[in-house]
Amino acid sequence: MAKPKLAIYWAASCGGCDIAILDIEAKILDVADFFDLVFWPVALDFKYDDIRRMDDKSITLTLFNGAIRNDENFEIARLLRQKSVVMCAFGSCATEGGIPALANLYDRESIIDYAFHKSPSVDNPDRIVPEPIYKVPEGTITIPAMWNTVRSLGQTIDIDYIIPGCPPQSDQIINVVEAVIDILSNGKPLPAKGTILGATDKSCCDECKRQRNIKKIKKFIRPFEKVLDPDLCLLEQGVVCMGPATRAGCGAKCVSAGVPCRGCYSLPTNIRDQGAKMASALASVIDSTDPAEINAIIETIPDPIGTFYRFSLAESMLRRVQI
Amino acid sequence: MSFEPKIIGFLCNWCSYTGADLAGTARMKYPPNVISIRVMCSGRVDPSFVLDAFSKGADGVLVCGCHPGDCHYVEGNYKCMRRIPLTLKILESFGIDKGRLRLEWVSASEGARFQEVIKEFTEQIRALGPLQLKEWTFEPPKESEHMIEMGRA
Repeated sequence: MAKPKLAIYWAASCGGCDIAILDIEAKILDVADFFDLVFWPVALDFKYDDIRRMDDKSITLTLFNGAIRNDENFEIARLLRQKSVVMCAFGSCATEGGIPALANLYDRESIIDYAFHKSPSVDNPDRIVPEPIYKVPEGTITIPAMWNTVRSLGQTIDIDYIIPGCPPQSDQIINVVEAVIDILSNGKPLPAKGTILGATDKSCCDECKRQRNIKKIKKFIRPFEKVLDPDLCLLEQGVVCMGPATRAGCGAKCVSAGVPCRGCYSLPTNIRDQGAKMASALASVIDSTDPAEINAIIETIPDPIGTFYRFSLAESMLRRVQI
Repeated sequence: MSFEPKIIGFLCNWCSYTGADLAGTARMKYPPNVISIRVMCSGRVDPSFVLDAFSKGADGVLVCGCHPGDCHYVEGNYKCMRRIPLTLKILESFGIDKGRLRLEWVSASEGARFQEVIKEFTEQIRALGPLQLKEWTFEPPKESEHMIEMGRA
């Protein structure tokens, strides 16, 4: 019997998700043994045309990491959807936009202007900017056109499952790989469409081992401003920790190491907007009933929008800044 | 046709909704632009309700609760008092005018005040104009020259 086919693709991402897949160590041999790897641009040499020539639904599973922010990302997402039985958003960027989606706080023109003219490290005296279509004597050269708004994978194509995380933790990837191999080799039913794999239904706080008491905050601080108690809840010490608004599944690794949760494991069940949830959580811990003092305390939150929506801006209720 | 603002009003059950009821029974006139949603307490109004209203076409959101110190649940309105400035901070960062969200304290006896608040807020939103969220829904791009290029085997 032919092996089931596996494809792994990266769109607008950093490559960390691909590294996370390699990070499952010896388990990667089981993956290579069980699956026929048909497409994995970061590790093996395949061409887009190899995929185009395949029959529809001939790839059993596609793990897609990265956000969708240009024509190429979208084109390949659509192509892989057409060729795959199961399409899985892998990692924060595919799930909810991730770091690339912070571009939604600006517009395309100002991003290009900064990257090609204003950035202090740029030397561009001829003021060259990328043109999607460029004519040269030999013919026309094209590059993928960049979008004004970064999208999550699920906003652009139909997806079946979600594996959150920046990147998904290797132990969780192993769990998913084992479950997939078990399902395929024993003919078990697939989980319901839209299921979030490799994570739990609770919040990061439920996995956190730090001690929690009543929280009363008069001033928010950044972690370097104070020697933090290693056993006490970080939010209680005034550090903005995204734990209350983040899904559990990572094993609370950052908070165990003394770094506040950054919110990469997406929204917990029944929460619809990570920033709104965080605003609600912080409103409960601010220790004041005086409007002026409340405003002063809120002003001490470092970069509220970038903190609350660090990974989820594309999937947030408002999607992008209105310019 | 002139612009009629669509405003969602979250009114607390114990003070503001009763205040609105008083304005109604006393036949006080105010603009019909506010769609009232009764909540048990202003502290029940999660910031996501506000963002949800804006993402679904509201031009303004009004939250009304008991005066500080008068909350039926002792401190629910204080929670609201802290949530609204945080929500305003989010709205501001998303480029939405802060004037589109307002928190007001209206007691059960303040029918006239409710009338004033609605009149004033409706005019404020009318002046700000309709809120249209750009690129909120995803439109697949038309086949670009680049895509045609990539499609050639």
